[in-house]
Amino acid sequence: MSEQSSSFDLDSIANLARLELGETEKDSLRIDMEKIVAYVNVLSELDVEGVEPMAHAAALTNVVRNDRADASFPREAFISNAPETIDDELIKVPKVIDVGV
Amino acid sequence: MEKYDVVIGLEVHVKVRTESKMFCSCANLYGAEPNTLVCPVCMGYPGVLPVPNKEAIRKTVLAGLMTSCDISKFSKFDRKSYFSPDMPKNYQISQYDLPFCLAGNILISGKRFSDREPLPEKSIGITRIHLEEDVAKSTHFPKSSGIDFNRAGGPLMEIVSEPDMTSADEAYAYLTVLKRIMRYADISNCDMEKGELRCDVNISLKPAGRKEFGTKIELKNLNSFRSIHRAIDHEIARQAAELDAGAPLSQETRGWNDDKGSTYLMRVKETESDYRYFPEPDLTPITFSDEEIDAIRAEMPETPDAKKQRFIENFGLTPYDSEVLTNEKAVADYFEKAATKSSNPKQIANWIISELLRELANSANEISECPVPPANLAELAELINKGTISGKIAKQVFTEMFQNGGSPAAIIEAKGLLQVSDSSAIESLVDQAITENQAQVEQYRTGNQKVLQYFVGQVMKLSKGKANPQMVVAMLKEKL
Ligand SMILES: [Zn+2]
Repeated sequence: MSEQSSSFDLDSIANLARLELGETEKDSLRIDMEKIVAYVNVLSELDVEGVEPMAHAAALTNVVRNDRADASFPREAFISNAPETIDDELIKVPKVIDVGV
Repeated sequence: MEKYDVVIGLEVHVKVRTESKMFCSCANLYGAEPNTLVCPVCMGYPGVLPVPNKEAIRKTVLAGLMTSCDISKFSKFDRKSYFSPDMPKNYQISQYDLPFCLAGNILISGKRFSDREPLPEKSIGITRIHLEEDVAKSTHFPKSSGIDFNRAGGPLMEIVSEPDMTSADEAYAYLTVLKRIMRYADISNCDMEKGELRCDVNISLKPAGRKEFGTKIELKNLNSFRSIHRAIDHEIARQAAELDAGAPLSQETRGWNDDKGSTYLMRVKETESDYRYFPEPDLTPITFSDEEIDAIRAEMPETPDAKKQRFIENFGLTPYDSEVLTNEKAVADYFEKAATKSSNPKQIANWIISELLRELANSANEISECPVPPANLAELAELINKGTISGKIAKQVFTEMFQNGGSPAAIIEAKGLLQVSDSSAIESLVDQAITENQAQVEQYRTGNQKVLQYFVGQVMKLSKGKANPQMVVAMLKEKL
């Protein structure tokens, strides 16, 4: 924990990504991530005064579709990808207590 | 004076009614066989490309216009990352800093639960309305949960209010008004049982008069407007008791248990940065010109509030009657059709409120299935006004129309219900009543005026309700 001088909190990032990391893994990852952050930080040297933030890399807007329903995927095919099901209808997962958007 | 100020804001999710889902062409349908409305796009398989549903965006903008929001000329979608079994991609496509609608408000009105007294009208701010994709539906079993992804990827609006409400009554009124607006504009049915409207409550208490907000607690798992009202009242009491005891509150999410009537700790709340929002690279930004916004504005239906005011001004209704009639757009439309055919709109309003709505409730019918067309109700009212039938007979005719259909004139004809306005016929009935009730005649003549009503009743009975009441009264006065 002594090298926690990074601009990010590796443990919390690993937790958000649901990754369980060993100490050696953490060390090498921290070095990699520091390099990445340093590389991206080069951008902060640019003068962006008066430049609109970009929302998308492509100069496109309003790519939309009309509201028409079409056939979905066959359930057997979809469900065959699930490790476990309930009555071949629902995807079985470990008991969830806290659901919601 | 209360010891604490209560601060309440609501986050309401409203399912947008469309034919297809938000980013794919699976049907946006409730009640299909589980996991039959899914495809690689809404299941987030690698390599797929989502494309936004134009109609869902139009309806979101419409919702914004109906709630006096500013419509953003430039919006975008963002990824909100978190893990949940009901979310296939481990991120939800949502909107972060550039939502479609910002800074609106709605006017709430309603009643207090405790004494049914009207709440003062109040404007509640709408912070924003954004569009996102719905998650799947989980069913919980003792040792596992089952996921049905039919709902996942459906268009879902999130309507965030300002923390402008101060009581459970105001929150209830806000939801009622919001739901009415969504139904008026056909944006959503807002049926909570079908998950078309879901509501989370943010609530905090602070010592009365203090400026800084207290610790915000979020309530979830609220299944009806009634349970939202109960949960807020319970949470106000719980937080006040904690604060009284000097216990610090922590920012957390609590669930509502409707059976126990209490809240329980669900989790300590994530901070916003935990969601790691970033612009959705698979979707382009959405822009609107003034002309495009005006075009949607032109399709906007009259708001419930405007309709209520217009009914008061044009038809002379009381605010209460107007509120009842504009609660559902279909009822308002029915009233308006009948009222424009009538010489007395106020009378039409009374008939709808006291008879029609009751009959509909008894028969569990929607007004769209009403067997009495508006023109027939107007005709019935005119028959009363012309003295063709009495009000009492009219109720009989109405019941008959409601049960078996037919026009008022035809029913009156078939059943021989025409009002008797022939003075010689009435005179003979009046004479009969006087002859048969000599004791009451004596009472009347010695000064008991109330007995007159008794005689009116007797004559009406002899005429089987068909005698013209005004003529009966006049003739009784003369003869007694
Ligand atoms: Zn799909």
